[in-house]
Amino acid sequence: MELTYVPLLAVLISLVAVVPIMLSSKRPNLREGWTILAAVVKFGLVLTLLPGALNGESVELNLFEIAPGIPFLLKADPFGVFFAIIASGLWIFTSFYSIGYMRGAGEKKQTRYFASFAVCLSATIGIAFSGNLFTFVIFYEMLTIATYPLVIHKENREAIQAGRQYLVYTLTAGLLLVAAAALTWYLTGTLEFRPGGIFGDVDVSRPMITILFILFLGAVGVKAGIMPIHSWLPTAMAAPTPVSALLHAVAVVKSGVFGVIRVVGYVFGTDVMADYNLGDILLVLAGVTIIFASLLAFYQDNLKRRLAYSTVGHLSYIVLGAALLTQTGMMGGIMHIAAHATMKITLFFCAGAIYVNLHKENISDLNGIAKVMPWTMGAFTIGSMGLAGIPPINGFVSKWHLATGSLEGDMIIPLLILVVSGLLNAGYFFPIIKRAYFNKGGEELKKYGEASPFMVVPICITALLSVLFGLFPNLFFNFFELAANISAAIFNGG
Amino acid sequence: MIDIHLPALIALNFLAFSVIIVLTGVLKKNWCQPLAVAGAGISSLLSVYGFVASLNELPLRYFFGAWEPPVGIEFVYDGLSAFVVMVINVVAFFVLIHSRLVAVREFRYKQMAYYSLTMLLMLGFNGIVLTGDLFNLFVFLEIASLSMYALIAIGEKPAPFAAFRYLIIGTVGGSLYLLGVGFLYTATGTLNIIDMTAMLPQFATDASVVTALILMVAGIAIKTALFPMHGWLPDAYSYTCSTSSALIAPLGTKVAAYVLIRILMHLFGFDLADLVVPISKILGILAAIGILYGSIMAIAQNEMKRMLAYSSISQIGYIILGISLVNPWGFVGALLHILNHAVMKACLFMVAANLRMKEGHSDISKFDHTYRKKYPWTMFSFTMAAISMIGLPPLAGFFSKWYLALGTIEAGNWAFLAVILISSLLNAVYFFRILEKVYMKDPEAEENVPDEHVTRDEVSPSMLAPTWIFAIGLLLIGLANVAIVKLLMNMYPGGV
Amino acid sequence: MTNWYGVKTMIDFLMGHYSYWLTITLLCIGLYGIMFKKNLVKKTIGLTILQASIVLFWVSIGSKWGATVPVYDPAIPSSDVANYLNPLPHTLMLTAIVVGVATLGVAFTFLIATYKRYNTLDEEEILEQIQ
Repeated sequence: MELTYVPLLAVLISLVAVVPIMLSSKRPNLREGWTILAAVVKFGLVLTLLPGALNGESVELNLFEIAPGIPFLLKADPFGVFFAIIASGLWIFTSFYSIGYMRGAGEKKQTRYFASFAVCLSATIGIAFSGNLFTFVIFYEMLTIATYPLVIHKENREAIQAGRQYLVYTLTAGLLLVAAAALTWYLTGTLEFRPGGIFGDVDVSRPMITILFILFLGAVGVKAGIMPIHSWLPTAMAAPTPVSALLHAVAVVKSGVFGVIRVVGYVFGTDVMADYNLGDILLVLAGVTIIFASLLAFYQDNLKRRLAYSTVGHLSYIVLGAALLTQTGMMGGIMHIAAHATMKITLFFCAGAIYVNLHKENISDLNGIAKVMPWTMGAFTIGSMGLAGIPPINGFVSKWHLATGSLEGDMIIPLLILVVSGLLNAGYFFPIIKRAYFNKGGEELKKYGEASPFMVVPICITALLSVLFGLFPNLFFNFFELAANISAAIFNGG
Repeated sequence: MIDIHLPALIALNFLAFSVIIVLTGVLKKNWCQPLAVAGAGISSLLSVYGFVASLNELPLRYFFGAWEPPVGIEFVYDGLSAFVVMVINVVAFFVLIHSRLVAVREFRYKQMAYYSLTMLLMLGFNGIVLTGDLFNLFVFLEIASLSMYALIAIGEKPAPFAAFRYLIIGTVGGSLYLLGVGFLYTATGTLNIIDMTAMLPQFATDASVVTALILMVAGIAIKTALFPMHGWLPDAYSYTCSTSSALIAPLGTKVAAYVLIRILMHLFGFDLADLVVPISKILGILAAIGILYGSIMAIAQNEMKRMLAYSSISQIGYIILGISLVNPWGFVGALLHILNHAVMKACLFMVAANLRMKEGHSDISKFDHTYRKKYPWTMFSFTMAAISMIGLPPLAGFFSKWYLALGTIEAGNWAFLAVILISSLLNAVYFFRILEKVYMKDPEAEENVPDEHVTRDEVSPSMLAPTWIFAIGLLLIGLANVAIVKLLMNMYPGGV
Repeated sequence: MTNWYGVKTMIDFLMGHYSYWLTITLLCIGLYGIMFKKNLVKKTIGLTILQASIVLFWVSIGSKWGATVPVYDPAIPSSDVANYLNPLPHTLMLTAIVVGVATLGVAFTFLIATYKRYNTLDEEEILEQIQ
């Protein structure tokens, strides 16, 4: 089968879907039908690329020259396919969930919401399939712009502030990325993503490459929530919950960490990273972020904000995996992209279901809700256990590889960080579970039942997926094998 | 036949139409605007045709009356002038289409004079770009300036005063330029640019030539509104009628910037220009300050046209900065920005005109969320142009910034790179301020008009279409920038 | 006469370039008027002086001592260029003067319009009224 145009179609499908979504704004059922149709088709298209990716093949589509010497290149390499499967697969669940949430919460401007969502997904898949840095820049900025209407969706003071902060952070990041790309092009004469990097045989001075790395770090680090440039993420929780779920647990922040791994593995290359001690910079930042984010999570009473800080911490797991510069560590990091995505989306879905159903946002109000919402809280428990790294949930698998990776690199501190962070995770999640199950709820809870099936079913499925991927990492999509291949390719230079 | 006379036809066509409009306008007032559109249309077609068809045969030297220089006057139709002529004529064509209803609303009884003046303005611009003679350039500069003063004076209450101030400072600029030309003439004995280029190397360090260079650059810099000689611009652009600002803002300063390119890169060449006084460095620093100054001042403005005027000062800085980098990437970035900024600014000023048409003002503090429903397409154009101004891909503005960034890196000038990037952020501040107001309900307001009570009230197609074409054009220019850039690359003096 | 501490050189320099000094003096007077006079008519006068200085400069560079008008005279051989004035700067200045007059006309139009609207020609008073 000819797959050349599949990456392009996968990117375009949700962009095209914007038109029917806008046109059917008066008929919500039809509108959401388009969204789900686009989501399913997109997922199907991405899946057709999976067999090739497992064999280590890439599908390349050179569309046209976007700047002299720089093609607009879509390239579905294994890593891209890996990320695209996660993003597009979870979009399907989010679409269903959004229907339940948006209608349940009576949100306004739903057409704008669904349209922006579709554009976001196009941008995310575009990021996944970017064959060079320039294409990456284009989709990265597109994601920034498309996410903005979602962040400000509620149009209240808090949302507007969040939107401003979001723009300041991400636009600055975009500019740094442009500068970094320009500098890379000047130094190497290419912008292609190549496993093993493009700086291999370029003679660059140490200060220059360090500056370049810091530029890159600032650029992708903002979306990856690396401290101290993470603070837009908790603020952006002003957005509706499905946005937080998909974008701030999967699409936007994962584009950031995806970018980090692209930069580490495909632009600089692990050898160059090690030669110039760039890995150490990343390692320190990731370690600090993991610990501090977990500590800060303790102080959040707002459930979504606590989840946001948890996200900041877990993103740095992935960054840590890349920073270890060992094959197993990289693999663990890549695995954690998938693992964290399924677990965190479950948690956000739960938070949204609680908000729509009980209108509660704060953890201190959650006493006894497990009796009312057993399915939701069951899924929540699975997700939070997974994030704490308890087997058999998939968070354990990736964490195991991260730990092995740090030992492989003869490093003990990253291992300690992982252990401490696991304890902290347990520390800030379990009180929530305890409240929900063992504290006595108020009388008013009696009149509520479980949330709408549109929300509960996706929640249960994502929780189930977390468990299944924990037990059988190679189930369905061979994530385990894929991650191993990608990591090997990065270290063996393709 | 037409090929040979093309350069003259493009420019003189406007002269013919300026007379035709006066003659017709006496009898039929309503014919003025269509005639002006026709005039600009013919010249646009000719210049597009000339750019596309005769690209390989350029440069074309057109001698008026077959008198060869140094006796006669010539038009030089090379790649660079063909490109700039095409840009200004096409932009003017669309702005003139857009002007029909604005003219009826804002100066119904002055239409004949107005459109005749626009034709003279375009004659001046085309002449400036095409001419190969320094004194002739002065004459066209003054033709363009005089019509520009007059066009600016048509407008709000303070418009004649703003135009007067512009006239004073603009004439000083023109006079300095003329004085400079005089010095050059005493040194070389010719006024023809090509002849003079051949002779200049032997005089390059002469006091008279250095003085001439400084005087000419200073004079043109005033017309370009390069910081700190920008004082006339904000008043002039914001008090004049909407359609004048849409016509003059995108073109006027660009043409002057083009003259700087001609003087510094073709007539002298940066090697000679920088020999005694580091002109390129000075220009670069002034441009960088201007970029930041313009952006910061734009943030402080409450009136949309005034904000856009300050933004123009900043954007002019990009062009001058690109030229001053003295490398192909900077040059390409500057030229591409001439095109991009012409389209973006025209689009934005047309949006301001559309809003004035419907709301009677363009005061940002009075913008509210009803606009998104009342003027969806106008606001769409605004969003596109704003995103392009901020410089987000794949719109056109991103690419000029990209090439400028490459230029600064190649020149090793990190400060300028930082200036370009910071300015993008500042642009984002003042554009998102408007976008926020237009697309969101004001959470502070006591009572927002509910969306259901707002009905669509979009401007008529004759105003909407040009605005839209420019908005879409920004996307197309962005995607097709490689084709343009490759052509521009060939125009770099001395090759790449 | 000896060169008394270089003063003679200086005087020679000044005298030899007197037309330039004239130009520069007029230019400065014009600029002064434009920059420091608050009355708009006086600004316009300054502008005219500035333009005149440049016209005079061009006229001076076209003239020569002992040469005649550039009309062919059989008594003076045309091969000897030094015998004729250079006509080009003078003709160019005709154009420049026309431009100057046009500018002046436009300027006065604006002044009349401004006076009608603000009833004053003092720059500061007008600026106050605009605020």
